[in-house]
Order: sequence, then structure tokens, then C-alpha cells
Amino acid sequence: MNGPAIRTVLDSLNHGLYQSLADDKRAVLLGEDLLDPYGGAFKVSRGLSSAFPDQVLTTPISEAGVTGIAGGMALRGLRPVVEIMFGDFITLISDQVINHIAKFNDMYHGAATAPVVIRTPMGGRRGYGPTHSQSLEKFFLGVPGLTVLAPFNLFGNSPLGSPGQLLKDVILKAEVPVLFVENKLQYLLPLLSKANLDEYEVNTVWDDAGVPAPSYTLRLKSAPQATLTLAAYGYMAHLALGAMRKLAYEMEIFCELLVPTQLAPFELKEVFDSVRCTGRLLTVEEGTFSLGWGAEVVARTAEELGTNLKQAGRLAAREGVIPVAPDLELASLPGDEDIIARVREMVFHHG
Amino acid sequence: MLDNKELFRRLYQIRRFETVLLEQFKSGIFPGTTHTSLGQEANAVGVLAHLEPGDVVVSNHRCHGHFLAYGGDPQALFAELMGKPSGVCGGVGGSQHLHWRNFYSSGVQGGTVAMAAGMALAEKRTQSGAIVVDFMGDGTLGEGIVYECLNMISLWQLPVLLVLEHNQIAQTTPSSLAIAGSVPKRFEAFEIPTTALDSSDILDIYPLAETLIEQVRNESAPRALMITTARLGSHSKGDDTRAPGVLESLWQSRDPIAIQAKRLAGAEHNQVIQDIDAKIQQAFEAALAAEGGAG
Repeated sequence: MNGPAIRTVLDSLNHGLYQSLADDKRAVLLGEDLLDPYGGAFKVSRGLSSAFPDQVLTTPISEAGVTGIAGGMALRGLRPVVEIMFGDFITLISDQVINHIAKFNDMYHGAATAPVVIRTPMGGRRGYGPTHSQSLEKFFLGVPGLTVLAPFNLFGNSPLGSPGQLLKDVILKAEVPVLFVENKLQYLLPLLSKANLDEYEVNTVWDDAGVPAPSYTLRLKSAPQATLTLAAYGYMAHLALGAMRKLAYEMEIFCELLVPTQLAPFELKEVFDSVRCTGRLLTVEEGTFSLGWGAEVVARTAEELGTNLKQAGRLAAREGVIPVAPDLELASLPGDEDIIARVREMVFHHG
Repeated sequence: MLDNKELFRRLYQIRRFETVLLEQFKSGIFPGTTHTSLGQEANAVGVLAHLEPGDVVVSNHRCHGHFLAYGGDPQALFAELMGKPSGVCGGVGGSQHLHWRNFYSSGVQGGTVAMAAGMALAEKRTQSGAIVVDFMGDGTLGEGIVYECLNMISLWQLPVLLVLEHNQIAQTTPSSLAIAGSVPKRFEAFEIPTTALDSSDILDIYPLAETLIEQVRNESAPRALMITTARLGSHSKGDDTRAPGVLESLWQSRDPIAIQAKRLAGAEHNQVIQDIDAKIQQAFEAALAAEGGAG
């Protein structure tokens, strides 16, 4: 690796892109404002156009066209990666993804694949307001033929499972199209090595719907049997991890945290296994409440477990726009205190 | 250079296929609906006769003519339309969604232009020497993604021939109610060299397409060809709202099969008709006899 050490999720993703472009000339990165010295709006692509000028293509503001073009490139054997500057803009690519890229394999009866990778940052808490702060991935969950992934900031010193390694695997090896959901605040999070996680037991299971994606189960070592299962991904998983620790040390409420990186297709065996023991499930997501990821997780867990699921809850963003004003913005999004309050309510007040 | 008889044979094969298809639709063996290429056969034959083996074709909802002119198997196409496992795409894609060798079609307007642009970008990057031919209709000009892609096709000088089959009607809406301004100037605004041709005569289309495809290949750069043409059938089946007199007059003046038939001697003409009728009938029966499907 050229450049500085890999400390954050952003470093890791940047490194994953660097390695992908270095290892395979078929990999091409397309998107808006990618060229150095700017290197993309959130700097995930920084340095790449200097190192690989032929493989980084800066584009006009044409999300639909660029994504459709990436679909055509993939059908003809390239490995295109599209950077969508803000996750809010994935509405613009929906026809390209749903009616074209995700369908080619099935509708052409297995004779063609379009392994396009679409990366984009979701999430608020940056004061960007109603159209640059949303988490819209729920609209792309459950699209047949599309895999949706969200990295977690774990295992920085392991080649497996880091955000950048996951991204590189997807770019170079996936035979399916992938929406790779990043998060603006997650970019700045440090990668947690095994040493950082010394007080936790961490189990990793690899899902594989076209690309191997890790699913993590975290619990505090030597803790009593957990009484609630938390399920969250991406930046919300980071908040949930902090909440789980505080609940244990300050309130003696013990939880397990399930963190999938593969959001779709749904692979929830570890959630089922955990809830079988705890009986309670709380999902946390940054998208709006109705018909979201949590709704599907709870529904599938209820179908699988029947009355062994005694209690279920969902935390999500308030239904409405995300305001610019910092206090209003924070109030509209689920935070760690919301997680703690909801867990306490579920454990104490509903038996 | 294909002779008049061979050009007629290729035109008539499409015509016969579509005619049998429409006749047999009544019997219920074809699920869903279909869009036929009646009247636009010369565009498909005239352009695609010049392809090299590695070249790529992107087509739209009205793709049977393009598929057959590309060299696709009529039996596999019949089987696809019947929803049979022996079809081009196992019966999954149906009339609008075909893929065989380097031929791809899809049914949502506009997205296919992006597919074609991406494919041309891939061929250019890998220096394969292949070009892409993209067929679109005048109705497609209403979609915004078309203009995003025209911009990038020109910006990146992608080796694609954009063939606009301007049949002046989109489903039931005449282009006078849907298109403002000039169609060729839409392409020219992006500095894509554009040729306009108003003809259903294969002997006009065939040599012009040869020149344009050579230019695309030699310069690795885009060209646009607008062919003003006539849709002699319905949009799909039985949904033509044009006055009978209008259609009749189009059949008399713009039928590419009739235009080319005049150039063949009687015996030569009859022989082609006989051969193709038998071939299409055999393809139909073999497709019907295969397992599966709605029948």
C-alpha cells in the first residue's frame, strides 16, 4: 500500500478500491468529481485517479446514464464501480438497477451477468438537510437479483472482513450486481481490531449470496445470558455496540448484537439463533420507520420462531424530512440513548 | 455485397415470421403480447447485414426483425414467444427480452441506450475493434436518460451507431403530439454526425448503413442514422387507432417487401417465397412440438 496507515473505514475503503484497480485492469471507477485533487465528495476515491488515470472516469451529473452505462460495461466483461455522491440520489438510478442490471441474469436465462458495484454514502448528522442526509437503502432491499451490502468497522488488522476487503472482493469476484451502502459518519470511525474488542466474544459467519459477506455476533465476555437481541448494520451497529456496553456496565442489562453486512438477500439465521435464547428482538436502522429493514427482520423472525419471539421492537428515523438544524436533525434520527431507552422499556415494562 | 434476391430473402423471412406469429396468436399458444416489425424490416436487414462477428446489437421492445436479421433462429424465437424451455431465453424473456451471442434486447424505453453506450465503452477500452448498433424508436426520445447518454457517447467518442427508427407513432400517439423541435438536431446538438433518410427501400438503407458502420469502426466514434419509416402493423396486437385509409396508403407506398419484390423475376420471387414459407412453417411446428409452454 502506498500512503499512510489504514486507520478508519474511509482508509480501508480507499485501500480496497486501490487494490481492486491495481489487481484487475477490468475494474473501472465511474462517478462525479472523482479526479484528484478533489478525489470524490467524501474522499473515498482520493488518489485513485493519479495512480490509475485510465481506470477512473469522471462523469457528468447523470446518475441514471452512468449506472446504465456501467450495466452495459459489465455485460461486456468489465468490472465497473459507480460512486453515487450521496445515497439520496439512488432514486435516480432505480430503473437502471431494478429493470435492467438486476434483471439481466434471470431474464436472459443465466446467459449474461452484470456485476456492477454501486457505492454510495447514506446517513445524516452532517447538517446536509432533507435531500442529502437520508438512508434510502430500504427501497432497494428485496429487489430480486440485487445484493445489498453494508460494511462494519471491524477487524482492521485482519485481511478478512474489513470494509475495504469486502469492497475489493465484491468488485473483483462478485457475479451479481451489488449496492454497497456506506455511511458518512462511519467513514471516520476507527477500524476495531481484535485487541480493541478484547472484552467481547465475536463470532463471524460468512453468508454467500454471490459474494462472501460476514455476519457478526458480539456479546460481552463472561456476561450472563442475554435477555435481548439487538440487530443493526453500518453506523447504527456502531451506536448499538456502545449502547450494549453501557446497558451492561451501568444497568446490568445484557444484550447480544447481531451485525449483518449482507442486507439482501436476507440471511438471518444468526438472528434466529440469538432470539431463540433471548426471546426479544430490537432492530435499529437509520432509514424511516415504515416498511423498512427492521420490519422484514422482525417479520421473518416471527415466522421462523413463532411464540419463541416474545417481544419485538424497531427503532428508525422519524417519518419526515431530516432537518438541517442540529437539534432537530438529532431528534429525527435514532441515537444511542434511544437504543438504551427502548431496550430498558422492553426488558422492564413488558416482561 | 448481397444481391437483390438475398436481400429479399432476408426481408421476407422477417415478414413471414411476423405474419405467422400474428395468425397463430389467436390460437392461444403465445402468452402475453408481442410487438411486430411489420414495415420496418428493411431497417433491420439493411443495417445488420454489415456486422462483423464480434459486433454487438442492442434492441428494444420491437426486436424480432433485428433478432432475425442478426442471424437468430426463427424456431428458437417462436419457442421463446411460446414460453418454452427451448426458446432463446428459456421462455423467461419472451418477445421483448432476448439475448443470444452479442444480441441483447430489453423492454423499458431509454435504458437500452445506456446499455449500448456502456457496451461501446467496454469494446473501446478493451480495443476489441467491435462496434455497437443500437436501435431505438421515436417514442424513446421522450426519455431523459437518452440525452444523458447522447452526451456521454459524444464526450467519450464511443463506437456506436444509433439507429432511430422514426415510424412517427409511439403506440397510439403520433409524434406530432410528442416531439417538439428537430429529431436529427437532438443528436447534432451533441455533435454526433447524423444522417437522415426517409425510405423503406432496402437499396437506400443498405449502402448508407455500410458507410456509417465503416465510419464508426474506423474512427471509433459515434454516428446516428434516422430512418423515417412506417409501422405497418399495430403497436402490439389490435391496438392500432390510425384510420384505415392511412394504413392502406402506407402499405401501398412504404412496404419494404413489395418494393424489393419488384426487382426480382417472377420465378426467382416465387422460389424465395416458397422456401421461406416452408422454413418458417417448419420452425413454427418444431417450436410447437417442443415441450412446455402455454399451448
